[in-house]
Amino acid sequence: MLRLPKLQVVSPATLDEAVAVLTAHGDKASVIAGGTDLLPNLKHRIVQKELLVSLDRLHELRGVTVEADGALVIGAMTTLDAVSCDEAVRARAPALAIAAGLVSGPQLRRMGTLGGNVLLDTRCRYINQTHFWRKSLGFCLKKDGSVCHVVSGGSRCVAAASNDTAPALITLGATIELQGPRGRRTVPIDELFHADGTANTRLQEGEVLVSVRVPAQREGHRGAYVKLRSREAIDFPQLGVAARVDLTGGLVDDADVAVVALQARPVRLKGIAELVKGKREGSEALAAAIEEVAQRAAKQCRPMPNVPGDHEYRRLMVPVFVRRALVAALASADLDSKEPSRAND
Amino acid sequence: MAARDNHGPNPPNGGAFSVIGTPLRKVDGLAKATGEAVYTDDLQLPGMLHAKTLRSTVPHGRIKRLDVSKALALPGVHAVITGKDLPEKYGVIPWTQDETALAVDKVRFIGDPVAAVAAVDEDTANEALELIEVEYEKLHAFLDPAEAAVRAEPRIHDEEKSNVSKHVRLDFGDVDQGFATAEAVVEGDYVFHGTTHAAIEPHCALARASADGVLTVWSSTQVTHYVQRALAKVLGLPESKVRVIQPALGGAFGGKSDPFSLEFCVAKLALITGRPVKMLYTREEVFFAHRGRHPMRMHYKTGASKDGKILSVDAKILIDGGAYSSFGLVTTYYSGQLLTGPYRFPAYRFDSTRVFTNKPPCGPKRGHGSVQPRFAFEVQLDEIAEKLGLDPLELRRRNDQGGNTTTINGQRITSCGFAQCLDAVEKASGWKERRGKLPFGRGLGVAGSMYISGTNYPVYPNAMPQAGIQVKLDRSGLVTVFTGGNDIGQGSSSVVRAIAAEELGVAPDDVRVVAADTDLSPVDLGAYSSRVTFMVGNACIDACRKLKRLIALAMAEKWGVDPSRVALLHGEAIDTQDATRHVAIREAFHVAEAKFDTLGSTGSYNTPKLGGEYRGGTIGASPAYSFTAHVAEVAVDVETGRITCEKIWIAHDCGRALNPLLVAGQMEGSAYMGAAEVVLEEHAVDHRGLHQGPSLLDYPLPTSLDVPELESLIVESIDPEGPYGAKEAGEGPLHPAIPAIANAVFDAVGVRLRELPLTPMKVLAALEKKKAQGQLAHAAGVR
Repeated sequence: MLRLPKLQVVSPATLDEAVAVLTAHGDKASVIAGGTDLLPNLKHRIVQKELLVSLDRLHELRGVTVEADGALVIGAMTTLDAVSCDEAVRARAPALAIAAGLVSGPQLRRMGTLGGNVLLDTRCRYINQTHFWRKSLGFCLKKDGSVCHVVSGGSRCVAAASNDTAPALITLGATIELQGPRGRRTVPIDELFHADGTANTRLQEGEVLVSVRVPAQREGHRGAYVKLRSREAIDFPQLGVAARVDLTGGLVDDADVAVVALQARPVRLKGIAELVKGKREGSEALAAAIEEVAQRAAKQCRPMPNVPGDHEYRRLMVPVFVRRALVAALASADLDSKEPSRAND
Repeated sequence: MAARDNHGPNPPNGGAFSVIGTPLRKVDGLAKATGEAVYTDDLQLPGMLHAKTLRSTVPHGRIKRLDVSKALALPGVHAVITGKDLPEKYGVIPWTQDETALAVDKVRFIGDPVAAVAAVDEDTANEALELIEVEYEKLHAFLDPAEAAVRAEPRIHDEEKSNVSKHVRLDFGDVDQGFATAEAVVEGDYVFHGTTHAAIEPHCALARASADGVLTVWSSTQVTHYVQRALAKVLGLPESKVRVIQPALGGAFGGKSDPFSLEFCVAKLALITGRPVKMLYTREEVFFAHRGRHPMRMHYKTGASKDGKILSVDAKILIDGGAYSSFGLVTTYYSGQLLTGPYRFPAYRFDSTRVFTNKPPCGPKRGHGSVQPRFAFEVQLDEIAEKLGLDPLELRRRNDQGGNTTTINGQRITSCGFAQCLDAVEKASGWKERRGKLPFGRGLGVAGSMYISGTNYPVYPNAMPQAGIQVKLDRSGLVTVFTGGNDIGQGSSSVVRAIAAEELGVAPDDVRVVAADTDLSPVDLGAYSSRVTFMVGNACIDACRKLKRLIALAMAEKWGVDPSRVALLHGEAIDTQDATRHVAIREAFHVAEAKFDTLGSTGSYNTPKLGGEYRGGTIGASPAYSFTAHVAEVAVDVETGRITCEKIWIAHDCGRALNPLLVAGQMEGSAYMGAAEVVLEEHAVDHRGLHQGPSLLDYPLPTSLDVPELESLIVESIDPEGPYGAKEAGEGPLHPAIPAIANAVFDAVGVRLRELPLTPMKVLAALEKKKAQGQLAHAAGVR
């Protein structure tokens, strides 16, 4: 078995204490939530830390609440399993419930958290390997080396955002609540990420992700997430597409599509809504518009040979999966109608 | 063949079997399910040290400098060894011993062991590895087997004349004449990628050197006897001073049938330090140890008559062996020798070349050497059927050579239930009603195969039996059976228990099996070539019948009847002609012990003389062959190119099913393993010589969601020489899964895929090509 490096673990009783410890130790410390991403990265020596700050005792970071305006507030420590099974999430943010339910396998979903998935480290076939393997390779830009093996001559790390929940949250217009040494701040999830594979979030030193807020969606909200992977479980996305379609009176009002596992950050596609707006549900015009969206997506998405899976194949699958995401979103009305009673509280 | 080797297929007491044929739980089933089973890594000895291996970071190179002084100076480090400490060569095949435990002068692949450290704990050992200084002079790395076949320099093994590991060409009948008279000839190239075993338990070994000079090695091996011999050779010890024990094993599939570097390293380190030393491979190291299925590039040409009868087969195969020989000599023969059934070949030629490359060494994986050619040939047979407008299943039926015959290459076939296998899958799958008639995107495919139940080639030539058994009867009524057979999860100890219980009339729970400890158990060659049930089973019957004879004599004397009237049945010794005479079996044991002294016996098995009268003619010659037919049903998503195998009907002729539960388990395990090799698994090395993801995340074993529904249809042909008529069931049933799925894809979407794995990209490319051809044809038609 690969060994974890020697390190200390503390379990603060309050969020303030956690922030203080993190701030005091700077980049020598890291938050540990479910550990499903961090522990393998520690074993692979991709991440090197001396202190892990466990959020396990911060019960206020767990659970889903529905606010008066219908917004969902999901604690960062809520497990992916809990998110995927939560009736309110399933009803109000179906894309997120689906995405959370497609992360890895059952065991890891019961350890892994929503916060952990949002902040999942970027992934690449050349980085998520043992130290021995990377040494044989000659290391790479992301850690210990100076060359990129994905883009020859590349000077910027293109390890891919591989967090299934991120594109879903982007289409839902979610915001992220962070607490740091200078207090709280709220960041739209789309602005949390930037295209740098070495560290693709704008999290500042000492900051802890507290919760994810999904604003109340419009009546007639539809959403879905579809995922390309080798197996029916366990694998990270080789391509992940989230879609949102808002309908009013059977007509498409708005739509949004976001894609993950392409480059260092999840990508929101441009000019999607204008193609489908005003088209009637079930009409041929909408079907044709969705096909246009798929073609537009193919132009905007350029899968690179960063994550496992033939990147040419992943390129071919962009329009297919974008179409499937939109079709699945439109078919998600059932979820909407199953709105549980607690949503009316 | 000696009388001891053949006991006939019938129950020992006439009438019906009492234990054989019943679905019994495995002897170690509960222990494994409850976590009680003790695997090698569970063992802890006082003062035990932990060892780690330093591995080559270059695919091919000479070691210019190797300095372990800093590692040795690290507090907590007890010993560091390098190639010069273990220079003696070994290898499972005596004629191709080209491995050393640690690299001597040269490294031959990324991951080749270079040095080993023993320290107080794993972390210290790992830290010490980082302190070892090593410099390599890089050599040209051979990563393409085609290059290795033609380019001799630099040589991967200096002692060899080239980078060819083994070449075999054999001709049977007039191949060219066969093609000349053929109505249909199909010729094509087929590719089998590499795959590995990925047993859930990584390799692990623990050694203890006792003060009395005995070296004990516990190892996760499936070949205890060969490991004992190899350790003695490499360490320069008498074999009598080396004891090898196989604890509970978490799967092997052929991946633990070589002696491995870690066994020598822990032994040497234990001898040096005087402390017990353990080494457990990481998952990554298991991928480097490998010995998985050889990648093969195969060119096949088959000619058939108008009615679909095979007339001639010509094969040329390039085998990518990786850095060492391992079982490669046998692999090279098997790639040709095992194809001559279940179909009659009037003429056959194969030309197989195994080359060395700078990659993890390949070896035997479930269906050793014959799974790859079987894929190619069964797909080609489908192409013949297509060309002749014949039903592919019917074509196979027409070519069935049946039983009690000799193949073109001189293999003796006795029992054969292949026709029943075809009937069974045809009926169960609704073949006649459904094949070729399912909606576009869904299809059925068929394939057949044959496999050995052990061979008469005992790895190292000797006149001694291939399998031995010792039985001890206790006054408590307990029967203890000592077997060298390695239970690797396939259930060999369960088979031994069932046979002893059947023969001696005791309940299975009153039989205990002591297995795979070279101090305690008689020699068995190991769990490979699907030999254990057949050979150890026969030896067990032999040993039990000797004891039974003593008990019968003693009871007959006591009762004043003829010994032939005494039977051991259902926990009693009985007089078969007088129901009033019966005693509990332990009473009978007492009577016999009083008369004959302590009760024990030995039993043995050796194969009859088999095989063709030519060089290599005995390789692949088996005392019995199993037969299999599969029908696979697939769904192909034409938009994504994804193949989903939804169901496999598996019919397998295992002679007699000694335990139908175990047989069905082996059939299902084989079929799913094969299915995964078609669409998911690929053991690949890139242009740098780096393994493409040596982890269970990147090497995609199927999850429960990826496994097709499996239906096992047991066919019992009752073999004349197998124990009660049994043959193998552990490897044969894998073979047809792969071509059956490929053939089902053709039925589903009309594209013929000849290169494994069948990735979605290949499916899409083939569909695209077919569409373009269709449009061309259409355009031509219009003009």
